[in-house]
Amino acid sequence: MKFNYAIPTGLLVASILFTGCASNDNNNNNNSGNEAAAASSSNAANAPASTTAPAAADLTSAIEQYRNYVIEQCDAFVKMTESFTTAVKAGQLEEAKALYAPSRMHYERIEPIAEALGDLDPNIDARENDVDPADWRGFHKIEQALWQNGTTDGMSEVADQLLKDAQLLRAKVETTDIDATLLVTGAVGLLNEVSSSKVTGEEERYSHTDLYDFVANVEGAQKIYELLKPELAKKDPALDQTIGERFTALLNELAPFKSGDGYVSYETLKEDEIRKLSQNLDALAEPLSNMGTILGV
Amino acid sequence: MKKDKSAKPVAKPSEGLMDQKLSRRDMLRLTGVGGLGLLLGGTGAGSIIAARKASEPAPAALAANADTIPFYGSHQSGILTPAQNFIVFAAFDLTTTKLAEVKQLLEAWTTAAAALTSGSLIGNVNDNPNLPPSDTGEADGLSPSKCTLTFGVGPAFFDGRFGLASKRPSTFADLPAFAGDALEPQWCGGDLCVQACADDLQVAFHAIRNLARIARGTAVLRWTQEGFQRTGGADPKGGTPRNLLGFKDGTGNPDVTDAAAMQEIVWSGSGDGPAWMNGGTYMAVRRVQLRVEVWDRSPLSDQENTFGRYRQSGAPIGAKDEFADLNLEAKDAAGRPVVPPNSHSALSHGDGSVKILRRSYSYSSGMNLKTGQLDAGLLFISFQKDLVKQFVSIQQRLAKSDMLNEYILHTGSAVFACFPGVREGGYIGETLLG
Repeated sequence: MKFNYAIPTGLLVASILFTGCASNDNNNNNNSGNEAAAASSSNAANAPASTTAPAAADLTSAIEQYRNYVIEQCDAFVKMTESFTTAVKAGQLEEAKALYAPSRMHYERIEPIAEALGDLDPNIDARENDVDPADWRGFHKIEQALWQNGTTDGMSEVADQLLKDAQLLRAKVETTDIDATLLVTGAVGLLNEVSSSKVTGEEERYSHTDLYDFVANVEGAQKIYELLKPELAKKDPALDQTIGERFTALLNELAPFKSGDGYVSYETLKEDEIRKLSQNLDALAEPLSNMGTILGV
Repeated sequence: MKKDKSAKPVAKPSEGLMDQKLSRRDMLRLTGVGGLGLLLGGTGAGSIIAARKASEPAPAALAANADTIPFYGSHQSGILTPAQNFIVFAAFDLTTTKLAEVKQLLEAWTTAAAALTSGSLIGNVNDNPNLPPSDTGEADGLSPSKCTLTFGVGPAFFDGRFGLASKRPSTFADLPAFAGDALEPQWCGGDLCVQACADDLQVAFHAIRNLARIARGTAVLRWTQEGFQRTGGADPKGGTPRNLLGFKDGTGNPDVTDAAAMQEIVWSGSGDGPAWMNGGTYMAVRRVQLRVEVWDRSPLSDQENTFGRYRQSGAPIGAKDEFADLNLEAKDAAGRPVVPPNSHSALSHGDGSVKILRRSYSYSSGMNLKTGQLDAGLLFISFQKDLVKQFVSIQQRLAKSDMLNEYILHTGSAVFACFPGVREGGYIGETLLG
């Protein structure tokens, strides 16, 4: 039962400061289990349990550091993509296959940024039925040629275009607006990517290199978490601790699937292993989705 | 590559600032101490304040009415509570090995359950544009729909993980193998269970969904099964519900309003086992697939002999009234028992000395892809104070010689120790973990 009123937030904050009241009691749930407040930060549906008047943290420095990270990843992405496309154009099938997944990892780490840049994401990363057949290009088109057709034939133009798209991405990130909201939602966005396609093996349907993308998405999310950690630790230390622990748990769960410099094929995963990875991912994504608490109310 | 190709609008934090929502209690508190009132007086901003959806009828949550089953009490609800229209049953496995985290989960579940059963939103973060709402929202504005949430722990909870082995009630263990069992691991066991029942399926689903969400990082779903009965609306007189074989199911159930009988059959009392279970009960769950296609090809007389009852009236064979006593001594002219001794009713009844409280639901889980037949059956649930003396002794008789066995397949099995009720301010399982 809620009677809601709309008032400007400035007013709300001022009023709460005036009265010195905690804002913890503003629902009608008749929550009498006060002990649960202690658990709230590790249980997403109750987090955050902040009792201070909400105010947005200063994330200028975190955003700047993230931009540097994005640029660094983009530089590596362009370089690796160049090697990959060169191999494709030279007809070096095995070399191209070996470079495919590692190149993509740099892209997968910064996917939220690419997604904010119009058509670049579909141009680089669309799967066969994501776009009109006439518009299909990018990594997965080459993936299909390499693994399903077993050839680099006919991929020369696609390779050229892919490199151009990668270079365009690199140029654009320099000036892209990265706001605090993009940063905060980007972290959980990366995990949602894993949840909806990588953990099901739908992303890399020909090469079965899904675990490379999985790991890269998680690493990208972890980078954002680490940049926001100082502010988060101030605002909600219990939430910060939970997120930290669950990153560790997920990475531990992934560790056995490492193979050489890369990861085992998705096809070798057993059903219960996939389910466990998915559940660990959900366990992390839930508290991570509450990092927005540092943006204030 | 995102699945959703539509450009994702990046929400600006500034959006929504003007419609920051306050509960009435906040308004009263704030205005009461003068903070807001003073500010408003000085700014003339009063016109900004408007009741949201002023015409909205008062949701059922605050109106204490027949749609609410109290969550707090000496026993858990959802046991003696007359079966609601729908069930969503969920078994969970704990992923944590820390007892403190199990306790935190049960505390958080208690808080959430109090909200869910009263039709309130869960949590206090439902209006912040920067955060996912703490309640998933699909039951917002719906009546509590007699939602009950019943919690229990399985035998596995008492293995070495939490140091609670010594607290396990001595007869509380996984059920023994019964003749004809066709159990599949994906429908068996669980460290914890939540039985969500409600007169609305969306309300029941909402409860399990949110409890599973709260559990993330501590416990994961192991198996779930939805079930239904005929609705109250379809049967306003509230007759004994029929199972999917077309027969009335539950005629012989003990009377839940008979407190002495419930004490004798359902509730664990002092002297019955560990003190932490006083006021609790044990739940047996069996997922029973019905071979409906085969059943539908059986003549009525076979069907009735199988149950030992008439299909239309539900009366025992040879009797007229549904609630007539089952007379297992009666013989026909040829000297044969009127009610076949191997019929489901006769075997379930036995000598009548052992009773259980049944609270089953039918389920329909679509189509069996292998056979093209309906995947339908019974989510059998019973409550009793002693699983071995009550459920197991009856089920052993049935498994051995029930004529119904030809038409059914037990595919799932689990047992749970359902805690005593929760007092306000306490939490589920406090008698065990406190």
